[in-house]
Amino acid sequence: MTSLSLHAPPLWRQVLPYAALLGLALLIYFVFPDQLPMAARIAALAIFVMSLDLVVGYGGLATLGHSAMYGVGAYAAGLLATHLTGNPLLGLLAGACAGAVLALLSGLFLLRYEGLTFLMLTIAISQIAQNLASKLRQWTGGDDGLSGFTIQKILGLASFDLQGRVAFVYCFAVMFICLWLMRRLMASPFGLACVGIHQNRQRMAALGTRIRWQLLKLYTIAGAFAGISGALAAQVAQIVGLDSLGFELSAEALVMLVLGGAGNLWGALVGTVVFASIHHWASTLNPYHWLFIIGGMLVTMVLVPRERWGQALSRRLQLFRRAAAPSGASS
Amino acid sequence: MSELLLETRQLRKSFGGLHVTRDINLVLRAGDKVGLIGPNGAGKTTLINLITGVLAPSAGAVHLGGEDVSALSQAQRVKRGLVRTFQITQLAPTLPVRLQVEMAIHERQGTVGGFWKPRSSYSAVQDESQAILQSLRMAGLAARAPVELAYGEQRLVEIALAMALRPRVLLLDEPMAGVPSGEGQVVLDALATLPADLAILMIEHDMDLVFNFADRMMVLAEGAVLAEGSPAEIRRHPAVRAAYLGEEG
Repeated sequence: MTSLSLHAPPLWRQVLPYAALLGLALLIYFVFPDQLPMAARIAALAIFVMSLDLVVGYGGLATLGHSAMYGVGAYAAGLLATHLTGNPLLGLLAGACAGAVLALLSGLFLLRYEGLTFLMLTIAISQIAQNLASKLRQWTGGDDGLSGFTIQKILGLASFDLQGRVAFVYCFAVMFICLWLMRRLMASPFGLACVGIHQNRQRMAALGTRIRWQLLKLYTIAGAFAGISGALAAQVAQIVGLDSLGFELSAEALVMLVLGGAGNLWGALVGTVVFASIHHWASTLNPYHWLFIIGGMLVTMVLVPRERWGQALSRRLQLFRRAAAPSGASS
Repeated sequence: MSELLLETRQLRKSFGGLHVTRDINLVLRAGDKVGLIGPNGAGKTTLINLITGVLAPSAGAVHLGGEDVSALSQAQRVKRGLVRTFQITQLAPTLPVRLQVEMAIHERQGTVGGFWKPRSSYSAVQDESQAILQSLRMAGLAARAPVELAYGEQRLVEIALAMALRPRVLLLDEPMAGVPSGEGQVVLDALATLPADLAILMIEHDMDLVFNFADRMMVLAEGAVLAEGSPAEIRRHPAVRAAYLGEEG
């Protein structure tokens, strides 16, 4: 359950995770250049999982249809590039608008419900979107996917290259900005109210909160970010398939979120990196049984509370410090 | 005569053939302290749910400050100054107490939908939140979450949230329910800090408390008003003595 601290941490502690993330990106860029295409895909996907965190971790809305917003964002960016302009930033804007509009329209209906009913209806929305995309072949390419569009230079400076350098920098920059934006949004009174609704709707109603209206805002914002994620993935891959609207993507994103921990956005990022890395390496080692590893990790993460991991880690650190300290230091 | 704040007119609620509220007429003026008693199942909490808009009445109306609010949502009624506490504590379990009070203040001020400004930059809200907790002698608990608090302390948080909303009418649903006897005085002290012009309707099973607190009493039985009057009159009322105070004849 999302928990917020009373006092804002000092500036250095707020900046440190972003600096570490930037450092990690530089490391990947310079030390693992052959992994850049995969890293770019992970960065784009991380935006999607973070947007899911807004809905699940902050709002407490369990959904398995979040891919609908990702998919329409991807198709919007693809269609824009096919018919109007290949400007990447306009593509992201189109994806954000498409995701937000679908989330707003579906949310008006979905948020009348809670729990399992809400969950099932979110699946229904993504299935409807997927079937519509399949039927509208002349626009979406149907089962063959939407392809053949090109993306212009990023900010007029650099085109996507075969090594994936530009794609990685572009995806990472967009992900970095989205993470900061989402963290900033959820540090507001609006974010606080969302956490309150998640923890106790009855209390929030007694405070005078318009619960459905607040959740609709959250759902729409999350839809916009999911749309950006879809648009980004479409621009990098230069193809949009029906699977971008599918149930499987939503389910995988939920697994990533559980793996990393919901309700603070950093967990969503960590979960995406862990899941995608294991998917990449383990499926190479054993293409038939790699899901066992993910399943095992998931069971462990769910059964062992996160606090226990933290306590175990701090105990190890203490033991390490004692062992490293000079013998006289402990007396 | 002081300002009329809350009025229910022939308020009725039925679930099928079960009539849980029968034509209740209740009047609360500024400064009124009304005690509502009755056995379990008498319809006390249902009455609060009807007044606050959690339940829609089958018939009758609720007026707040002269305005018919029967068709308004719970949120709209809160905005008009109608606030309640719960029989079973309703709090966000892991949110620090001060943040919950801040949430209530943001709600009152209409800044709860603010997207961009971090909540830490609302210094006036933080100061007010701290002041409310200090007035309830809870400043030391500001950083703690309800799951870490004793039940009596959790009841105080409910009162703090109600105070943060600056109500004109406060409906207290069994504020002492579940509070160990040793912690009861803390809740009583908190109630004493409430503004004098606040109209309060208190449901309570602790007869000593409610008789001392209220200046007017209403007794419910099977959804209907059995008796109404001053605490002294209610103490002498034969039907009340027979049914609720355990005396016969």
